Amino acid sequence: MDFKSSEQPARTTGPRSEDALPETAAAAVKVVIVGGFGVGKTTLVGSVSEIRPLTTEETMTQAGVGIDDTSGIDGKTSTTVAMDFGRISINEELVLYLFGTPGQERFWFLWRGLFEGALGAVVLVDTRRLEVSFDVIGRLEERSVPFVVAVNSFPDAPEYPMEELRGALDLPESVPIVPCDARQRSSSRNVLVTLMRYLQGLAMAQEAS
Amino acid sequence: MSHPGGGDWEEASPERLYVITGGRSSTSAPVELDLVTLIVARSRPKPGMQPEHAAIIELCQSPLSVAEVSAYTGLPVSVVTVLLGDLLADNRVVARAPVPPARLPDRALIEAVIDGLQKL
Repeated sequence: MDFKSSEQPARTTGPRSEDALPETAAAAVKVVIVGGFGVGKTTLVGSVSEIRPLTTEETMTQAGVGIDDTSGIDGKTSTTVAMDFGRISINEELVLYLFGTPGQERFWFLWRGLFEGALGAVVLVDTRRLEVSFDVIGRLEERSVPFVVAVNSFPDAPEYPMEELRGALDLPESVPIVPCDARQRSSSRNVLVTLMRYLQGLAMAQEAS
Repeated sequence: MSHPGGGDWEEASPERLYVITGGRSSTSAPVELDLVTLIVARSRPKPGMQPEHAAIIELCQSPLSVAEVSAYTGLPVSVVTVLLGDLLADNRVVARAPVPPARLPDRALIEAVIDGLQKL
């Protein structure tokens, strides 16, 4: 595994000097990794990120909190929702950010423009809990966010042929579905390249029309 | 995972966040701030600044995304956006806007990303 295991003591003041972006960094793009709790979003982000994954937290008022997520409330009227993210410098000017986002749509509104400005999304799937992904896929389709599906391999998860999963997820033929091991950098990178090739195809089709 | 900047700040209670922003929930920023808008400070922090403003300027001596500013300060993006609005209005930081969201991203951009990923 090539995830950096040399856990540095957390700096309290800001990025470590080696984590600073160059002055030439001119623009950034983002990709959203969506999936249910424990599906491996942070693992995937961490395996390809050049920085240790960071967390941004947003406070949610009780009105928006579902009954299954009240553990953090304890008598208060608000709860905290966290989103982990990582970063890949594409070249001297361009930076790619990866946001691991909870699968529940009600959390998506906490970060304005999370999907609207994204290049696309990766739906990370655990075959033991396919029903979670079903909902996510529907929501992304509604929003016209281009996405690919990555099936994270857990040792005790049942293995299905990808085409069988496509059927189970009711996924259109055109949407790529790839197996992955989110712990492996090369595998996570392959997922991102799959998304980019898919977007490239969509862009080419648009140019041709 | 806890945010690395967490130790510097008290718990980000809604009351405390209200104080930091002076009760404002929307930004006065002249530009739309995205999670991945890159922020760069134009100078060092000035004495007498609100500590949160000074902390952001300190962090942004080299370019940093809005999301990273949020992570390192332990403040929600919604609060960071308000503070950045102040700093932008005062010309203390510069915002490098993300690649404008389009229905479909530009093909050259996608190809640049593919190139970069393959070098990983």
